[in-house]
Amino acid sequence: MQTSIEAVATAPVKARTSRLHFWYGGLHALKGVDMAIRDRQVTALIGPSGCGKSTFLRCFNRMHDLTPLTRYEGSIHLYPDDIDLVSKEVDPIEVRMRIGMVFQKPNPFPKSIFENVAYGLRVRGMRSKALIEAEVERALRDAALWDEVKDRLQSSGLSLSGGQQQRLCIARALATNPEMLLFDEPTSALDPIATARIEELITALRERVTVLIVTHNMQQAARVSDYTAFMFLGELIEFDATSKLFTNPGSKATEDYITGRYG
Amino acid sequence: MKVASTGPAPLRNSIRRRRARDRVIESLLLLAGLVAVFTTVAIVWILVGEALPFFDHVPLEAFLTDTMWTPLFAEPRYGILPLVAGTLVTTLVALALAIPAGTIIATYLSEFASHRLRELVKPALEMLGAVPTVVYGYFALVMVTPFLQKLIPGLPGFNMLSAGLVIGIMIVPYVASVSEDAMRAVPNYMREGSYAMGATRLQTATRVVVPGALSGIAAAYILGISRAVGETMVVAVAAGLQPNLTWNPTESAATITAFIVQVSLGDLPHDSIGYQSIFAAGLVLLVVTLAFNVAGFVLTRRFREAY
Amino acid sequence: MSVMRAGVERRKLLDKLFVVLGLLVLIAALAVLLTLFLDLVRLGAPRFNWDFVTSYASRKPEQAGILAAWVGTTLIMVVTACVAMPVGVAAAIYLEEYAPKNWVTAVIEINVTNLAGVPSIIYGLLALGLFVYKFSLGQSILAAGLTLALLILPIVIVATREALRAVPLPIREAAYALGATRWEVTAHHVLPYSMGGVLTGMIIGLSRAIGETAPIITIGALSFIAFLPESLMDPFTAMPIQMFNWVSRPDPGFRINAAAAGAILLGMTFLMNGIAIWLRYRFRKRINW
Repeated sequence: MQTSIEAVATAPVKARTSRLHFWYGGLHALKGVDMAIRDRQVTALIGPSGCGKSTFLRCFNRMHDLTPLTRYEGSIHLYPDDIDLVSKEVDPIEVRMRIGMVFQKPNPFPKSIFENVAYGLRVRGMRSKALIEAEVERALRDAALWDEVKDRLQSSGLSLSGGQQQRLCIARALATNPEMLLFDEPTSALDPIATARIEELITALRERVTVLIVTHNMQQAARVSDYTAFMFLGELIEFDATSKLFTNPGSKATEDYITGRYG
Repeated sequence: MKVASTGPAPLRNSIRRRRARDRVIESLLLLAGLVAVFTTVAIVWILVGEALPFFDHVPLEAFLTDTMWTPLFAEPRYGILPLVAGTLVTTLVALALAIPAGTIIATYLSEFASHRLRELVKPALEMLGAVPTVVYGYFALVMVTPFLQKLIPGLPGFNMLSAGLVIGIMIVPYVASVSEDAMRAVPNYMREGSYAMGATRLQTATRVVVPGALSGIAAAYILGISRAVGETMVVAVAAGLQPNLTWNPTESAATITAFIVQVSLGDLPHDSIGYQSIFAAGLVLLVVTLAFNVAGFVLTRRFREAY
Repeated sequence: MSVMRAGVERRKLLDKLFVVLGLLVLIAALAVLLTLFLDLVRLGAPRFNWDFVTSYASRKPEQAGILAAWVGTTLIMVVTACVAMPVGVAAAIYLEEYAPKNWVTAVIEINVTNLAGVPSIIYGLLALGLFVYKFSLGQSILAAGLTLALLILPIVIVATREALRAVPLPIREAAYALGATRWEVTAHHVLPYSMGGVLTGMIIGLSRAIGETAPIITIGALSFIAFLPESLMDPFTAMPIQMFNWVSRPDPGFRINAAAAGAILLGMTFLMNGIAIWLRYRFRKRINW
C-alpha cells in the first residue's frame, strides 16, 4: 500500500518513525510504519478497530514495556536531540518524562485536584511549594480548568464531572512541560459538550506541544488535526494534510473508510 | 523559568538514582517473599533434624506397627498407631457432621438463598470459623459432653465423640465456603438449561450444579479433613491425653496433636527421647496434612480452570 | 396426566423441604455460635469484675486473674504485628507488582498456599526447635510473637494481594505515563489506595493469632506467672494458655475462670472480626472506581 507525504511541510519534524514493527508475543501488530510527526502540529490517527493506531501511539511513550512479551523493531527518532525512543538504551522513564499521555477513560488519581496535577512535578524532584503551586496553576489554566476549580483545589479529583476529569488529566500531563502529548481517544467516553471543549483545548495546545491523537471519530480528526494518518491492519496506508486526505484521498482504501463503507 | 534539572543530563542522573533505589527495594521485597520459602525449609529441617535421633533409637517398623505409645514409661513403647487411631476416629466423627452440614449449607446458599441472605450469613459463618480453638475445647468439655452423657449413659468425661462433633462444627464454615465457591463457579447457562426443562431448584442443584462443581466440593472435603487432622486444642481439652488404640468414639484417646501438647506441658530435657518423639509425631502429622493439602490444591485448580 | 401432576407436586414438595432443611442447618450452625458466647458469659459471670482483670493466677480460683495473661497477649500481638505486617505486605507487593512469571515466583506462591494449610502445632514445633533452641531466644515473648507472625503470614499476604489487585489498571498507567518508576507507582498510588484492604487483612490475621494456643504452648508458655514480663525476652503467658490451663483443672471453681477468660477472648475475636468486616465494607464503598 502506498504512503504519501505531501510537502505542506513548512513545519519541522518532531518525531520520525522508521520501519517501526511491533509484536504482542506472536502477534505482528505494526508492520513497518514510516511516519513523520510535525512539530507543534496536531496529527490524527484514524482507522478501523484493530488497525494498530493505539498500539502505534503507545510506542511513543513506551507503555508497552509494562506488558510482558512485547517487542519493538525499527526506530522512533525524537528531535531536536535525535534519540531513538524505542531503543533499549533509552530509559522509558526518560521518554515518559518528555512525552505525556491522556487516556480514553479519564483516570484522575483519588487524590485532591491539586495533588493530581502536582504529581508529575513531585516525581521529577520539585520541592519548592511556591514553584509547585505556580506550575499547577499554569497547567490548570492551560487545560481551561482553572476558573472552575480554583476555589476547591483540595477537593477530590473524582468529584469532578467526566469532562472536567479529562481536563484535569490533561492538566496533569501538561504540568511537566512535555514536548509531545499523546491522546488515546480522549473524548470517546464524554458527552458532546465536553467533547467540544476538549477539541477546542487540543487545537489551542498546538502552540506549545506536538499532539498525536488517536480517534475513532473521523469528524473529530477533520475538525482538530493538521495531518491525518490512516492505518489498516497494522500498516500505514495514507498520511497527508488533513484537508487533502478527507477531500481527495490518494488511496481507495482510505476513501472507502472515510465514506463509511466499512467501520 | 523551567529548572535546569529537566534538561537531558541532570534528568538522566536523577533517573539513574531512582532506578538504583528501585533495584535495592526490589531485592528487599524479594527477600520478604522468600520468607515463606525459608519457613517451609525451616519446618522440614527442624522436624527431620530433631526426629532423626529418634529413629536411630526406634526402628521405623516398630514405630509404624507397634500398638502402644508409651514413650515416658520405664520400658517405653513407640508405636504410633494409637495416636493415629485417635486422630482418625475424631476426624471421622468430625466429617460425619461437617460434610453433610457444610454441603447442605453450601447448596442452600448457592442455589436457593437470596443475595441479601447470602451477604448476611457469610460473615456470620466466617465468625463461626474464627472462634479460638481453645474456646471450642471448653465448649466440648463443659457443654457438649454433659449433654451427650444424658443421651449415652456411661459416656466418660473425656471422649472422642464430643471432641469430634465440635471439630466438625468448627470446620463447617470452611467446607461450606469452599463448596459454595465451587458451586457458584458453575456457569448459569447450565442451570438455565435445567430450569428450562421444568426441573426444580433441588433437582438442578443435585443433578447439574453438584456434578459440575464436583472437584471443588471434593477439594473442600479434603481441605476440611486436613484441618480436622491438624486440630489440637479441642482434642487436648476434651478427648483426653492417654493414648488408646480403639475405634470406639465413646472412649477417650489421644491424638497425635494432643500428645505433642501433653509433652510440651511437661519439662523434658532437650536431648531426651521424649523430646525427640514429639518431632517424630509432628513429622507424621506434617506428611499426612501435606498429602491432603496437595490433593486439595490440585482439585481446586481443576475446578477453577474448568470454567 | 394426573401421574405427571403427582410427580410435579412431589418434586415441588421436596424442593420446599430442602429449603426448610437448609435453613434449619444454617440456623443450627449460627445458634451454636450464639449459645457458645452466651453460655461463656453466663458461666463466667461471677468473675466479671475489676479484680479478675488485675490479678495474677493463683491456687484459689476466686483470687485468680488474667493480668499476666492479657498483658502477655498484648505484648505478643505487638511483636506479631510488627513482624507480620511489613514482611507480609512486602511479600504481597513483590508477588503482585514485581514478580516475573518464572519458577522462583511459582515456588514462593506454592509455599504461601502450602503454609496456610500447615497445622498450627507444627509452627509450635518449628518455634521450639528454631527460635527457642537454635536461635537461643528461650521461652520468650519474642519467640512467641515470631511464631505467630509466621503463622498469620499467609493470611496477610493473601489479603494484601487482593487489595493491591483491586487498584485498577488505568490508575497505574496514569502514574507510569507521568514518568514514575515501579516503586513510585506502588508507594505513591497502589499501596495508599489499597490501605483499607491491607488493614483488613492485618486485623483478620491478628484476630486469628490472638486465639492460637498450640503454637505457643510448645514453646513452653507457663501458666503460673505471678509477674509481668519486663522485656521481650522474658517468659510469659497468654490468654488462650491461661484458659487452657484453667479448663484442664478438675476444680469447678476454675471452670468459672475459664469461662470468663473465654468470654473475654471470644469477645475480642468477635470485635476484631467485626471491625475487619466493617472496614472491608466501607473500603469497598469509599473509593468509587
